[in-house]
Order: sequence, then C-alpha cells, then structure tokens
Amino acid sequence: MSFPWANHYAPKHPLMKWIDDRLPLPRLVYNAVGAGYPVPRNLNYFWNFGVLSGAALAIQIVTGIVLAMHYAANGLVAFDSVEHIMRDVNSGWMLRYAHANGASFFFIVVYLHIFRGLFYGSYKAPREMVWLLGLVIFLLMMATAFMGYVLPWGQMSFWGAKVITGLFGAIPVVGTPIQTWLLGGFAPDNAALNRFFSLHYLLPFVIAGVIILHIWALHIPGSSNPTGIDVKGPQDTVPFHPYYTAKDGFGLGVFLILYCAVLFFAPNAMGHPDNYIAANPLSTPAHIVPEWYFWPFYAILRAFTVDFILPAKLWGVIAMFGSIILLFFLPWLDKSPVRSGNYRPAFKKFFWLLVIDVLILGYCGGSPAEEPYVMISQLAAAYYFAHFLIILPIVSRMERPLPLPNSITEAVLEKHGNAAA
Amino acid sequence: MATLETTETPGEGAGDGVRRRDFINLAAVSFAGVGAATVLLPLINQMNPSADVLALASIEVDLSAIKEGQAIKTIFRKQPLFVRHLTAAEIAAADKVDPSSLRDPQTLEQRTVDGKKQWLITMGVCTHLGCVPLGAGEGEIKGEFGGYFCPCHGSSYDTAARIRKGPAPKNLEVPKYAFKSDTVVQVG
Amino acid sequence: MVRPIAFLAGLGFVFVLLFSLVTGAVAYISEPPAKTAEHEFHLHPKEVSFASDGPLGKFDRQQLQRGFQVYKEVCSACHSLHQVAFRDLKDLGFTDAEVKAIAKNWATEVPSINPETGEPATRKGTPADKIPAPYANEVAARAANNNALPPDLSLMAKARHDGGAYIYSLLTGYQDQPAELLKHFPDAKTPASLHYNPYFANLNLAMPPPLAADGQVTYADGTKSTVDQMAKDVSAFLIWTAEPKLEKRHATGIAVLGFLLIATILAYLSYRNIWAGIKH
Repeated sequence: MSFPWANHYAPKHPLMKWIDDRLPLPRLVYNAVGAGYPVPRNLNYFWNFGVLSGAALAIQIVTGIVLAMHYAANGLVAFDSVEHIMRDVNSGWMLRYAHANGASFFFIVVYLHIFRGLFYGSYKAPREMVWLLGLVIFLLMMATAFMGYVLPWGQMSFWGAKVITGLFGAIPVVGTPIQTWLLGGFAPDNAALNRFFSLHYLLPFVIAGVIILHIWALHIPGSSNPTGIDVKGPQDTVPFHPYYTAKDGFGLGVFLILYCAVLFFAPNAMGHPDNYIAANPLSTPAHIVPEWYFWPFYAILRAFTVDFILPAKLWGVIAMFGSIILLFFLPWLDKSPVRSGNYRPAFKKFFWLLVIDVLILGYCGGSPAEEPYVMISQLAAAYYFAHFLIILPIVSRMERPLPLPNSITEAVLEKHGNAAA
Repeated sequence: MATLETTETPGEGAGDGVRRRDFINLAAVSFAGVGAATVLLPLINQMNPSADVLALASIEVDLSAIKEGQAIKTIFRKQPLFVRHLTAAEIAAADKVDPSSLRDPQTLEQRTVDGKKQWLITMGVCTHLGCVPLGAGEGEIKGEFGGYFCPCHGSSYDTAARIRKGPAPKNLEVPKYAFKSDTVVQVG
Repeated sequence: MVRPIAFLAGLGFVFVLLFSLVTGAVAYISEPPAKTAEHEFHLHPKEVSFASDGPLGKFDRQQLQRGFQVYKEVCSACHSLHQVAFRDLKDLGFTDAEVKAIAKNWATEVPSINPETGEPATRKGTPADKIPAPYANEVAARAANNNALPPDLSLMAKARHDGGAYIYSLLTGYQDQPAELLKHFPDAKTPASLHYNPYFANLNLAMPPPLAADGQVTYADGTKSTVDQMAKDVSAFLIWTAEPKLEKRHATGIAVLGFLLIATILAYLSYRNIWAGIKH
C-alpha cells in the first residue's frame, strides 16, 4: 500500500493462490501485517504497544464471551452469578480474573501507546486520521470498561453507575431526563444492568472495527519512527514480517509475564474491596472511586469546587469531557514541523512535566476528596489544560528544534558510531 | 564504508550457526503454539457442568409412599425420572415376552435390582427424540403395552419400559441407582 | 482559528481552577476542617501471617477446620455464609460422610415447601445446599440485632483491605474507649448499645465481642483455644471462604509463569536471531 519497494504477494502454495485469486484475503494480510508492509528499521520498544493493545482486546473478547455464558444480568442474581463463576464454573476463577485484570492491562498498554504518540508526534500530518481514530477507540474503551465494571453489581458497580450517569444530570434543563433515560429508571436497577450488559458485549466489536480503520489509516503513510523523519528509500525500512513480528512476539511474552503475575498472584490488587460487597442502594461506600484508569479524569472532575457563572458540577463535567475532546484538536494545536520529541528540547521538558502531571492527577483521583489532594489536583488539572491549550501552541511556534538527521539510515548509523563522515 | 547489513562471513561452522538459528525460531514458534493450545483447555472446559450442577447429579428418592400400581415423576439431572411400583400382573406381563423378539433385548431382571423386581426406575425421556412419555401420572394413557406412551411420535413402551412399537430405538434408560434401605433409593 | 479558541478555553479552565484553588485555600486556612475521632484513632489491621500468604501459600487444613468450628459454634448464630455450600467443605479435608452429617445437623434448616400443603417449611440440609442463613431475611436479622445487620461473611476477607488481618484485628481489638479520645472528642463517646473497636472504620461496632473467653470452643484436634487462636483460625477460614480456589490459582500461576519465562527467552533469542546483522 505504502512504498513502491514493498514486497509483492506471491502465493507459494497452489491453495493460497486459488484463494487469493478469488478472495484476496491472503494478500490483504500479507500487505497489512506481513512481509508486504515496509516499516522503518529504527522503531524502539515503545512501538510494541500497538500490537499489545490489540492482543489485550483479543484477551478481553475471548474471556468476555465465555464469561457471558455464565453471567446473569439481573439485579437479584448478578452478584451471585459472578461468585458462581468464581467458585463452581470450571476454571471460572481464572477466566474472571483474566477479564478483570485484562481490562487494567488493556489500559496500561493503551496509555503507553498514547504517550508514545504524544512524544514522537505521531498525531501530526500525515497521520492525523490515525490519531483521531485512536481517540475514538479510547472513548469506546472507556465506555466499555465503565459498563463492564457495573456488571458484577457490587457496591462500587452500583455507585459508579449512579455517579457516572449523575454526570449527565449536570447538563442544564435536559440533564435529569437524560440521566433517567440512560438508566431506564430513577436509580440503577435491572433496566440499567441489562442495557449495560448488552452494550458491554457490543462495543468491543465496534472497537475491533475501528481498529481496522485505525490500521488502514496507518498504512497509507506508513508507520512513524523515533526520528520523526519520513522514510526516504528502501534502505530505511525492513519488512514487517519477520522483523517486527519477531520483536512483537518478544514484547507479547514480556506483557504476558507481567499480566499473568498479577492475574495469578495479586488478582485483586487493582480492584476495590468494596466491590465484593453486593450492591446496596441504601448505603454508599465511605470512599467511592472509579477504577484506577479513570483516576486522572476523576481528579479533573472533582477539581472544580466553585460556582463561577456555571455551577461547579457542570464545570467539572465539561472539563472532564474537555480533557479528552481537546486531544482531538492536538494535530492543529501543535504546529511544529518537527515530529519527534527527541529533536524538540523545550517540548521534551514540557512532555515529561505532562507525564508527571497526569500521574499526580491519577494519585489525587484515587485519594479521598479532602485536602491536600483537592488543591493538588486543582494545580495539576490547571497544568493539564494549560499544557495542551496554551503551552504547546506557543512552544511549537517559539522553539528552535535540533538539527534533524538527513535520513533514518543516517540516524541508525550514527547511533552505531560509524557514520559515514 | 558504513553499511546497514553486516554480511555473514562464510567459513567454518557457518552451516551449524544457520541450523542453530533455525532451531531457535522453530522452538519459539512451537512454544507459542503449545501455549495457545493450552489456553484453549480452560476455554473449552468451562462449558462442562459446573460444580453446583454436578452436586445435584445424585438424588435420594423415598419410595414409602408409592403404592403398588402407582408411579411418580421426580427430577434427576433436570430431567424427569419415573419410579414405578409394578403390580404382579405387570411383572407377569413383562416376563411373558421373549426378549429375543424385542428391538432392544432386555429382561425385566436386567432392568431392575435383584430382589426388587417390583421397582422399575427409568428416565422419563423417550429414546427417540427426548420427549417425556405419558403413563407415570395418574390417568395418563399408558399405550397399548401398558407401560408408557410417547405422544410426540407414538412410541409405546411396555411394563418394563422396553420399546415395543414406534420410532424409538432403545428402551427407556435405567440410571445408575442403589437401594440405601428398603424404602430409599439413591439415584446417580 | 483552532489555536485562538483553544487559548481562550485554556485560560478559562486555568482561571476557574485557580479560582477554586484560592477559594479552597482561604477556606482551609480560615476554617481548618475539624479533626474527627475516626481520623485520629482508627488503626490499620495488626500484622498477622497466614499459611495462605505469599505466592506459594497453601491453606493449613487443620486450621481451616478449627476456623470452621468457630464459625459454626459462634459466628453462624448471626452471620450467614451465603456463597458457601456444604459440599465445598470437602476442601477442608472433611469426608463425604462428614459433610453429609454437617449438612444434616446444621442448626438452621433449609427453607422448603411442605409437599402436602404448599406451606413454607424447612428440611434438613444436604451437601448440595448452600449453608442456610440464620435469619430468614434482612428484616428478621435487623429485628433480632437491635436494628444492626450482621453482614454475610463469605467474601469478608476480600471485601476489606488486608481482609484476613482485618478480621483477626477486629475480633481481638475490642477495648475500652481511650481516655485520650474522650478528652479531645467528648461527643464521640461510644453509645451504650455499641462497642468500641479501633479497627472498625467508625470505631463503634454493634457486634459485642464474639470471642470473649479462652476455651469458648473446644477444638477437636486438641489445640488450645485461646481468643487469639480462635480469632486467627476463623480469619483463616474466612480467607478460604472468600477465595476457595487460592491454592489452585497459586499452582497454576507458577506453571504458567515458568512456561512464559521460557517462551519469552526463546522469543527474545529468535528476535535477536532474525535481526542479527540488521542495524536498527
């Protein structure tokens, strides 16, 4: 698809040729993730996280389908049906822990994938569409994860559903009707549980569809690389297979080791104990928090404590959604022609500040809503918005980038200390 | 001159090196294959009956209230179980038949416990396509052989619940059971 | 167009956040939030170790049986064990016959229907039954306990941070309210119907000390039943009820990680192999 020197598919086996002549699926795979896709030779390990995200989605879909064979989406029995899976279903405990921790690991690899894109300017022309589709996937993931967390119908499930749908209640005039519509009632109950289950089953397949678009859009310009400069010729690339399939295979091994270590030896470390208490509409847990991957956004939501023209609650909701929406505009906010953060000294400093800022937001979001966490999250949230909306546009205009190498090949040779001088 | 590719220096042992490398790639791919196949096991096994279902796979039936000539329908593994107290006439009728003339040759002795010939315990599942035959409930038609009659496709069973007429291929299944006492039977 | 709008939006968010921050800071300084007794006197669970701890942990079956005895003779009077079936007790090392006897002789019978009249009735338990709850429903449980609801214990060890140690600490943590607390927080005096326990989230617990004296339970295996021993045993038992597959999980985990480690090393070697001679 991308470069003229890409390998052409030549079926080795007559059967493959027979299929390819009638349905060019083998050709499609070959060109997408096979030897027919030339990839910059200098990708580092941060480029593993795209494939790992896909692997995490596959784990979630497979374990999710089998869990759905035993789960019952009814408020009276949902909690017990999850315990039934944990105790009585063959290997049920493993499947459920694989799914619950799979969600966490899905977010871990996706966050690394996103920050990779942020640092190396992968959102810039000509890859804006890849970035935008990625954000759509991210939003779908968040919706899926939220609805999945409701299904066990524990205390955090119930109150999470109540609080998150309550966000829509902040919208003036139509807020309360929208909340009631979302829940199919005045509080989370069977209606909400059933529709969340239905959508939780549907959305992963929508995500898989958008991933196909994401990869398609990626293959038009081809993969970016740590130098951020364009591929100039065949010497800059290697075929995806076997080079990057081998590297991704190794990456997948490391990912699975970490994932299984948590799955088998600390399966509840990333969950909340309160979700082992059955939902009780009459008693709110003392310290109600979402799953860890939502903590930064939860901190932004809670950081707005003063009514200023608009009510504080509405500010929080706008800011929380805004913190993701603004990423859609990133390709047009950062106009620096240099992609890679490696050649942008000022950008690089602010980037690491952003990483620390998001970690602080996450920590505050997981802490109780009391001082000093509220004040810290207010400062951190202010930096978050300032970073994307104010600092990046200014930096991209003022900054003097470092000299770029002439080609990927030159950069590679320089790294190996024998540049042709 | 800087180059991107360092070519393999041909010489002694190069052939061995290539073979060792192929072996490693092959080993890595094989490991991945074995791993993927192993992961399939729990994914398939989860569809087998769970522990709570298996726990109900054995029941006890109290026979003391079943009078001669009566039958009860109870539930065993979520399927109907017929427990029938045969009359002397029914036993005689069953014994009269020459087993070799039957589609599924069995005697009443083979289908009951020694010395408890009057207790006929069978699944209430027609061996044709799984309907529940009539005849265990009071007033239900018992078919022309006085045992059970399946209304779905007209299979008739005799007083030993053997198939006598109709499409069913086998006699009604006798589950594994044992008498715990004179009046209590453990099925399964 | 995007950037001027973004700039204004950014200023807006930053301004409102800083405004919130200043308002909050002023409020914090002028009116520091009052300290609460819970905040000052609540204690984290005591350090205690169980055989099931750690990645290689296994249950101590003798201890689980003792803990089950404590549950049966003490806790089960008020607390249900809704998720646990009698058949599960085979895991503790009981034989089929013992499990059957335990089910049959359980103090509370299993709700059922009178086959003659259709009236609600009860019958003896069988191994397939879940352990019957001491009260028919929540209203009955509250009515019998001064309006406090004794929670189900099946998942208690996972429903609290550091659950096993929490249960042990709570059971051994009853004490008189410290004079220090009453001096600083005179309003926080424990009401007459409640019991002071610093390991409980709000310090005041409706449950009276369930393990009051040494020897309250006579252990079948001859272990001396001190309060501490009984508390530890029943905590171990509740760790098992919350996670009965723990041993299987640990064993599977070791095998899976061993396999993955070898597979990953092979994948790494294969990766180096394929890239050998390719500068990148």
